[in-house]
Amino acid sequence: MRKLIDKAHAQQSPSNNVVHVSSKHESAPRQVQGAANYVDDIVEPQGTLYAAVGLSQCAKGQITGINLDNVRQSEGVVDVVTIDDVPGHKDIGPVFEGDPLLANQEIKFFGQPVFAVLATSVQLARQAALKGQIDVEEASPIMNADEAHAQSEFVRPLHRFGQEMAKVDSTFETATHKTHGNLSIGGQEHMYLEGQVSLAIPDEEDRMKIYTSSQHPSEVQKLVAEVLNVKLHRVMVDMRRMGGGFGGKETQAAQWACIAALLASRNRCAVKLRLPRFTDMHVTGKRHPFENSYDVAFDDTGKIEATRMEINGICGHSPDLSDAIVDRAMFHADNGYFLGNSDIVGHRLKTNMVSHTAYRGFGGPQGMIMAEAMMDKIARHLGTDPLSVRKRNLYGPSTGTVTPYGMEIEHNLLPEMIDELEQRAEYWQRRETITAFNRTSPIIKKGLALTPVKFGISFTAKHLNQAGALVHIYTDGSIQINHGGTEMGQGLHTKIAQIAANEFGVGIDMIEVTATRTDKVPNTSPTAASSGTDLNGKAVQNACLTLKARLAECYAKSLSRADDANLVEFVGDEVRLGKHSISFVELIQSAYFARVSLSASGFYKTPKLQYNRETGEGRPFFYFAYGVSMSEVSVDTLTGEYTVDAVDIIHDVGNSLNPAIDIGQIEGAFIQGMGWLTTEDLKWNNKGKLISENMATYKIPAIGDTPKTFNVSLFGRENAEDSIYHSKAVGEPPFMLAISVWCALKDAISSLSGYTVDPALDTPATPERVLNAIADIQARVTSPNAKESATENAKESV
Amino acid sequence: MIRFLINQDTVELEEARADLTLLQYIREHRKKTGTKEGCAAGDCGACTVVLAEPDAKKPNTLHYRTVNSCITLMSAVHGKQLILVEHLSSNGNLHPVQAALVEYHGSQCGFCTPGFIMSMFALYHSNTKPNRDDVLHALSGNLCRCTGYRPIIEATLAACAQAPNDQFTQNAITTLKKLKALSGLEDASDMQLGTGHILMPTTREALRDAIEQNPDAQLVAGSTDLSLQFTQQLKNVNKLISLCHIDALKQCTTTEHSLTIGAAVPLNDAAPLMLKRFPQVAELITRFASLPIRNQATLGGNVANASPIGDTPPLLLALNAVLHIDNGIAVRKLPISEFFVGYRKTKLAVNEWISAIEIPLLSSFQKIAAYKISKRFEDDISAVCAVFNVTVENNVIVNISAGFGGVAATPVQCDALNNALVGKPLSSQECLTLGKQILHDAFTPIDDVRASAAYRKTVLANLWHRFWLENQTENKIETRVVQHA
Repeated sequence: MRKLIDKAHAQQSPSNNVVHVSSKHESAPRQVQGAANYVDDIVEPQGTLYAAVGLSQCAKGQITGINLDNVRQSEGVVDVVTIDDVPGHKDIGPVFEGDPLLANQEIKFFGQPVFAVLATSVQLARQAALKGQIDVEEASPIMNADEAHAQSEFVRPLHRFGQEMAKVDSTFETATHKTHGNLSIGGQEHMYLEGQVSLAIPDEEDRMKIYTSSQHPSEVQKLVAEVLNVKLHRVMVDMRRMGGGFGGKETQAAQWACIAALLASRNRCAVKLRLPRFTDMHVTGKRHPFENSYDVAFDDTGKIEATRMEINGICGHSPDLSDAIVDRAMFHADNGYFLGNSDIVGHRLKTNMVSHTAYRGFGGPQGMIMAEAMMDKIARHLGTDPLSVRKRNLYGPSTGTVTPYGMEIEHNLLPEMIDELEQRAEYWQRRETITAFNRTSPIIKKGLALTPVKFGISFTAKHLNQAGALVHIYTDGSIQINHGGTEMGQGLHTKIAQIAANEFGVGIDMIEVTATRTDKVPNTSPTAASSGTDLNGKAVQNACLTLKARLAECYAKSLSRADDANLVEFVGDEVRLGKHSISFVELIQSAYFARVSLSASGFYKTPKLQYNRETGEGRPFFYFAYGVSMSEVSVDTLTGEYTVDAVDIIHDVGNSLNPAIDIGQIEGAFIQGMGWLTTEDLKWNNKGKLISENMATYKIPAIGDTPKTFNVSLFGRENAEDSIYHSKAVGEPPFMLAISVWCALKDAISSLSGYTVDPALDTPATPERVLNAIADIQARVTSPNAKESATENAKESV
Repeated sequence: MIRFLINQDTVELEEARADLTLLQYIREHRKKTGTKEGCAAGDCGACTVVLAEPDAKKPNTLHYRTVNSCITLMSAVHGKQLILVEHLSSNGNLHPVQAALVEYHGSQCGFCTPGFIMSMFALYHSNTKPNRDDVLHALSGNLCRCTGYRPIIEATLAACAQAPNDQFTQNAITTLKKLKALSGLEDASDMQLGTGHILMPTTREALRDAIEQNPDAQLVAGSTDLSLQFTQQLKNVNKLISLCHIDALKQCTTTEHSLTIGAAVPLNDAAPLMLKRFPQVAELITRFASLPIRNQATLGGNVANASPIGDTPPLLLALNAVLHIDNGIAVRKLPISEFFVGYRKTKLAVNEWISAIEIPLLSSFQKIAAYKISKRFEDDISAVCAVFNVTVENNVIVNISAGFGGVAATPVQCDALNNALVGKPLSSQECLTLGKQILHDAFTPIDDVRASAAYRKTVLANLWHRFWLENQTENKIETRVVQHA
């Protein structure tokens, strides 16, 4: 550069308090104007063609023939591919093999992509994709946990941790009280509003550029390279933003990018593959359904002495991420409670369903709900209020402080947080009011529940706990950040911009966070496990620190105080050393002329992590995030309809980087969790076909489901661990606050038995399931030996 | 020819595929990508756009209504102003609804946001100073998976608290002139409305001729169900006949005996008339799909479609509605109870259409209730729908007329209920137990994705229980978790 920008024209915005304040989402002004681009909005290169996938029409069997003549002859069709046309790797399993790019000899689930077609328009491609003839020698599909267990079908071996079995058994033998229960836990469709989409643009020779809606661009890069049989450096993946991810674009986005790349490579043209909703719902994995059971032994005060738990994750046809997901379910089967002598085993069941995948909470919710199920069961058994049983069993000096997997609980916030919510939301007063209401209201019954959340933060695959960043400062003082995290609405880029602005003491307008690109920061981890800000925030901070050190040295030298570089401060758009100061822009320009590098990379790895899977012991988590929520519901005992009337939440995000964004995550996660437990009902027919296959038949919460009273506050205690500015991760933990809704529904139903019976209520607790639970409990309490028989029969009916 | 405004620009569309949706037109033909596709089935609202037209009651002002562009046909845009999310900000300034959504942190991933903005914009122009319920109502067709809605509700309340004042109100006179000029062209020339693929007759005679000349062409009104054939089943449809431009099908009249609603009147326009005469059925009217759907869908379409899970047929059955069936030469009247003959089969001949639905007004002896049971309260399809219309004199039941959805292959009535309970006191225990038993056993519904057969039977019986409780004069007890009135 010969001449730099006039410093007077360099834009400046207020630099005070850029972090720990509620900055607006960086894309919000563009989003509200329809000016924020998603992959399908990118201006298409000339000659772009459109792909669609042809799906299997049965759930299991050997392919005996594929006739695609009608597809090829369909209007507008340019190319058709099957697995035989893949030049490189045919399997795109993210961790273990098992996910063929297109069906390879075998059909593993109903709706499995068998071929892909390229045509001149979206509609023509999709119409052609309906015309394939796939002959299959059909076999009977495995569609539930019992069948999978009976046939010993697992995608991975089981994992087990806890105390020695003999010790657990002997505690059970001597215990005063014992009970058991089981629960069928439904899966969940991600229902990101933007469906899966990729645009592949061939570059010189065998190089490929991919625009995708993915939480894991590096994995897309790696898989595209493998499928095309080229080195990774030939593939560049660009990911600006997703229209929602929630885990559904962690591994499941890659297939569409690979197919688009394959077709783009063969036809030397840009190829866009966007799944219509009616395809997306069949071909992408969901939250795992689980079938779990427990035995618990406890004393007269409700204190747990021993626990046995069996966790059964229904994984679908391949491993995908199920190993880690079932592990996380096991790691959260205690939630915030000391389980006494415990034995926890987790199975990974193979079924002929789409391969279930990551989804906000990653198995945690399906484990945690078992702990809460036990609390309710113990409470009804003893005739105690469930909140008292919960408080009795929290980790602490009177119970224990070591988890079943041997991790010491160091900074347990739950006792304090529960006390605070109990007071603030007036649990006991409302309990009295509700009990009185229920006595005089024969049809409508109210329920109340307060449940905690303790969620472990870190990838349990240790190597993923690393991040990289690249920071450039330009000669007008503007700063461009690139990091390995992806933006899916969670406000990651906003928080990153706040961190960088804070480090340099400049206004947030000086920071531009660009699209995530594999050619800027390599070998990145997925944006998952709530870790986006923790990992990338630290990496960005480290890059900033490197640049600040160079700039400080440059400034100190210019004042002939080279030894005082460490005293240089970056505040208020200025750089200061003692009584000297210089504007940030001015320093940048003089640094440029002084030939100081204005670009730096940063790196971070999470400390303290170690977990031995052989012994089932260690510290898989850097820290825990906590939350407490209280829900009040009304249930119509004639129809099973219900409303969530009031919700009060206190959640722990450490020292919040951005309170508005954090509250947005908490509220959104809660409502999504509520949907999981209430109206979101995945159904497969007896042929293995998903029949809740669109938004007309699969119901996520709508605006009217927002509780009228919805109070969310942040706990405000800084993270005791050295996380970025002592904040805490927030993406997943609040999802599980919604378990209070399920417990409140059970509380309302339990009132029909005078709170003596814990109703059997599988999830999702649709009005139909609620009405069944009501009928069940009504039938039992009117019969002799009401309480016991109700408990027993309830179990059988599960 | 189809003529309309895109914001302030006049567009003349001479030819378009019959099955071209407005969303495809916007994104693929006009390359305007602010409007998003989330489901292509009218269920998520990401594609919401606003159509403005002269207000029927106040012709000097514009009426703004939301539609799901993904299931709207080009014929529906004729004579209207199409407003997209890109048109809202002016001179670099955000529109008040846009500014509010930013201010309240109401967008996260942002993909649903343009659709919400358009629903907020239409509400902003309704000038009603909406309360929370009004907001929920207006945004009932927009799904958000990220925020949990609370900030969107608050942003909407804030933005709509003032009287509308934006470039659209400022340009209203110009816009109205332009719209008038569009329709003026029609009057002046003998040019046919519509295109070679979408016929848009304006009189019943022209409709008769169109049907005669195009025996294979389907009739379409709101297109909210028909469009799914193109967007979900990917069928090609070459020719359609739109019913939306025939004035005779859009008239509503009230006499001292009945309310008659034109078959092509959008449900949302019919709603105030129906609620005035039949306030007890508010639940079905307000829970019928979502606002953008009700802005397009018609009563005639919902009846002619003959779906067993449509929500207005049970209502019309219970209210003893009479269908006016036209063939362009003569109108015949048919009680709706005789209309449905099988799964999606009706007594409509190939050259006939429903021109109006006539609903007898109520006497003070009639007790009415309409109940809808679904997994989600808003924008869901009934697992069971039940409408009771019970005439009671001196506490004795003299007649029961009822309509049910979701329990058989067609919308149905239940004569057994009438036969068994007439002459019995409504307050009697027998009336309760016998009614429940009859309804439990009356139908053989199916298991499907919405509910099991067993649940449908139980709930149907329990809805009689609810009705019975709600019509006891003594010991009034709470029976509902949501009040719909």
